[in-house]
Amino acid sequence: MTQQQRVIVVGGGLAGLAGSARMAEAGLAVDLFSLVPVKRSHSVCAQGGINACNEVARQQGYSEYEHFDETIYGGDFLADQHPVLEMANWAPRIIDLLDRMGVPFNRTAEGYRDLRLFGGSLFKRTHFSGATTGQQLLYALDEQVRRLEADGAVTKYESWEFLRPILADGADGPRCVGIVAQDLRTMQIRAFRADAVVMATGGAGLVFGKSTNSVICTGAALARCYQAGAAYANPEMIQVHPTAVPGADKLRLMSESARGEGGRVWVPRKKGDSRPAREIPEAERLYFLEEKYPKYGNIVPRDIATREIFDICVNQHMGVDGGNQVYLDLTHKDPEYLTRKLGGIMDIYQKFVGVDPRHEPMKIFPGVHYSMGGLWTQYTAGSYAPSEPQPAHVSGTETACDAEIGRGMLPGAPNNMMTNIEGLYAFGEVNFAFHGANRLGANALLSCIFDGLFSGVGVANYIRDGAPSTAPAESIPQSVFDSAVGAESSRQKAITDTAIGGDHADETNPYIIAKEMGEEMTAGCTVVREEARLQKTLDRIAELRDRWSRMKLADGATWTNQSLSFARSVGDMLAVADAMASGAKARKESRGAHYRIDYPDRDDAKFMKTTFVTYDAGEGRARVEHREVRAELVAPRARTYGKVDKEEPAKAEAAAAGV
Amino acid sequence: MTVATTNGTAKRTAAANSRKVRFRIKRCDGPNKLVRWETFELTIAKGENVISCLQKIAANPVTTEGKRSTPVVWDCSCLEEVCGSCTMVINGQARQSCSALIDVIAPDDGDTVTLEPMSKFPVIRDLWVDRSRMFDALKRVKAWVPIDGTYDLGAGPRERPEEQAVRYALSECMTCGCCLEACPQFELAEDESEWDKSFIGAQALSQARLFNLHETGAQLKGDRLETLMGPDGVSECGNAQNCVKVCPKHIPLTESIAAVGRSTTIHAISKWFSGK
Ligand SMILES: Cc1cc2nc3c(=O)[nH]c(=O)nc-3n(C[C@H](O)[C@H](O)[C@H](O)COP(=O)(O)OP(=O)(O)OC[C@H]3O[C@@H](n4cnc5c(N)ncnc54)[C@H](O)[C@@H]3O)c2cc1C
Ligand code: SF4
Ligand code: SF4
Ligand code: FES
Repeated sequence: MTQQQRVIVVGGGLAGLAGSARMAEAGLAVDLFSLVPVKRSHSVCAQGGINACNEVARQQGYSEYEHFDETIYGGDFLADQHPVLEMANWAPRIIDLLDRMGVPFNRTAEGYRDLRLFGGSLFKRTHFSGATTGQQLLYALDEQVRRLEADGAVTKYESWEFLRPILADGADGPRCVGIVAQDLRTMQIRAFRADAVVMATGGAGLVFGKSTNSVICTGAALARCYQAGAAYANPEMIQVHPTAVPGADKLRLMSESARGEGGRVWVPRKKGDSRPAREIPEAERLYFLEEKYPKYGNIVPRDIATREIFDICVNQHMGVDGGNQVYLDLTHKDPEYLTRKLGGIMDIYQKFVGVDPRHEPMKIFPGVHYSMGGLWTQYTAGSYAPSEPQPAHVSGTETACDAEIGRGMLPGAPNNMMTNIEGLYAFGEVNFAFHGANRLGANALLSCIFDGLFSGVGVANYIRDGAPSTAPAESIPQSVFDSAVGAESSRQKAITDTAIGGDHADETNPYIIAKEMGEEMTAGCTVVREEARLQKTLDRIAELRDRWSRMKLADGATWTNQSLSFARSVGDMLAVADAMASGAKARKESRGAHYRIDYPDRDDAKFMKTTFVTYDAGEGRARVEHREVRAELVAPRARTYGKVDKEEPAKAEAAAAGV
Repeated sequence: MTVATTNGTAKRTAAANSRKVRFRIKRCDGPNKLVRWETFELTIAKGENVISCLQKIAANPVTTEGKRSTPVVWDCSCLEEVCGSCTMVINGQARQSCSALIDVIAPDDGDTVTLEPMSKFPVIRDLWVDRSRMFDALKRVKAWVPIDGTYDLGAGPRERPEEQAVRYALSECMTCGCCLEACPQFELAEDESEWDKSFIGAQALSQARLFNLHETGAQLKGDRLETLMGPDGVSECGNAQNCVKVCPKHIPLTESIAAVGRSTTIHAISKWFSGK
């Protein structure tokens, strides 16, 4: 064949960049699309670090297997287990690779990579670069991809927006053969052909209005695949991070590393105590996480810390100054040490709040942070097949399997991280594959890079041996591409036409519709959920979708029209919001981040299942099914994190003994 | 406390610290289009920044004269001063708009905030400029470590904490362009073909130093120095030191410039001796 085989990667965060590098190395021509210059992708925000078993932890009794076991337990047994095992096995190699790329990981006195403690683990297994680890990893991958770009192996389309996948008829069902995208400067809409398309478009925090995410994390790209037929799994699993700083435009994260480095969460014991924090003596402070969870203390997983903070503030009204805030205190640490280990977040707090957290405790409250759910993806299981699922792993004892590559997933399998649409893949935060019902801190960066490196090879194999080998995208009739472009052009025209004349009521203002969506989703579908409230959220979303369909644009420009791009995304975000709330309503149990006051317990018999949502184009609504979780490797157990519950010790004991 | 606000003219309770601030914004509909100024007045609550104000203007773009305009176009992403997107000239100085707190830059009732696009890069529309040249400069100085591919080949070189600290500080550069906006030697070049004809600027010089400091990265040191000995290279720096004063990441740019300057001199001498 004369034509070089092509792959499109949508998204240049860690997942997209790692995938681009790997696939370019495999000889594919890579076209890389991103809303922003890839070096400005949201991954740049990640602060705390990236997990991997390492030699120090290993000699203390840790292992790749324990990392795997922790991740499954942390995710409350909702994740399919094979991919998680493979990811944990790869983790140390990924750190080595990043190290070779020149990531300035913090070092010990002897020059080895330094480690810190992170949530959900009792071992130091988090590698870091100050408190801007994501930035440093993103830059390292960005540099490698720039090198490939200079060599002509990667072509970048930055400031381009993905509008829809292009589907053609495949052997069994639709097959993805390209995308429609728009240049956000000239507003040109164009089709691009490719033998496979990898979505690496990140999370959907903006659906909640304010979150810790970047403003480009709208979830619109996910929504466009979902509305084109890709299944959306576990949409209800949204991580609310316990420690964010509320702001007028966003919630700024104070990384879990603040607690990993010794930060303590507390409120005054006396309700309404108005003394400045530093004047409240030790004995009059309530370190509620340490009291309830003596084993993990402040580093319990996020969902647990979030609910405890929420309970203290909202139910017990014990928040600092009577408001929705608690202290996150690092003032007992040496300021110089804090600058060295946590400088990035110390600066953010000081810059945006105007107070130096080295000397005054920070005031924080939970904020929407991460989407565990995402596009549903497949994989081929690896060679590890225990005769029965294993009980909890005990540190320091022999592991149930070794860390050989291929134990969890079959390397190079073409279906690894392929969605239900042939040729359409999902890497990174936009898929649902690794984190179950709750993600452990510092596992996201790992899963993103792992997807790119590991599953990138499967994409190359699919293109070489699968449908594209006999019917390359180049052979698909032009009409398929023209009609996709036509559809997007009409969708755009319908929106821009509304900019002519008309009133400017809040009712039909896309910015106001987006704001109301965010407020509704935050109120009805975050920390605490309940049947009637979720129904109200669904009703509100339906109302907002109706208003959106009558929306009036404030700018009819044909050059660099950001309002158009935003307004179009709002419609797609409403489809995501509907899937999230529908998934939450259908899951009548509590698991990980999903907490239902009307169903407070985990119900494995009915709900140890993946929420599998497809888009009903006729109704314009989510259709929810539940599918079995593949849990052949580790047996489910109660997830207590050694909680000491003064009121209900008996119940916790019983739960711990087995569900 | 604010009640759920719906737009820039939202109703407020307990207006103790609420006040009005004017935003004078330099607007332009696109390349070769006329520049115009528009003024918007907003009610400001405690803790707002330039971004939250631009968001309010987008929701209700009505000028102080009561004229309905369009939402202002600008670039932003992280909103926590780490991605570099939202750089613009605020009250005469290039900086990030996400970390420009209104309480600090316009503390009093009736204050005015002036927003302009950076002047050293071509304007796309309003406050959004095209900084492709900065990314191109990274290519020109080969700002990467030339690894043997993404295979599993073990760890990278060991490094002392002091060396890590130097590299980390340089590696925090977010390609924002403040150093270039402030530099008297760095000029606007609209056309791609002009990019290598005038001073490359402190950002790329500092990145060249970063990769020269890495054991594997140093393999390309010769190439980098060759590039920086050209007509757009380090000799163009007039040592005005504006760059280091405005860098939001406090990158030691003048140290980098001096280090690269020394290296190019040594490189030139050794070339001269070896007759290459
Ligand atoms: C504040 C913060 C701190 C964090 N800290 C940590 C941490 O310490 N450790 C950890 O493991 N995880 C952390 N996380 C999570 C982690 O950062 C993310 O999960 C991860 O970076 C996601 O990477 P990604 O490659 O999937 O997507 P992203 O980095 O979000 O990139 C998405 C890409 O898709 C592009 N894109 C999106 N939509 C479109 C479209 N329509 N058209 C074209 N392009 C599009 C964007 O331009 C971008 O290039 C943190 C998250 C936040 C918010
Ligand atoms: S020191 Fe050099 S690079 Fe920095 S502002 Fe002055 S002339 Fe520009
Ligand atoms: S050196 Fe500083 S001012 Fe210049 S681009 Fe980098 S971060 Fe911005
Ligand atoms: S938006 Fe990223 S630096 Fe301001």
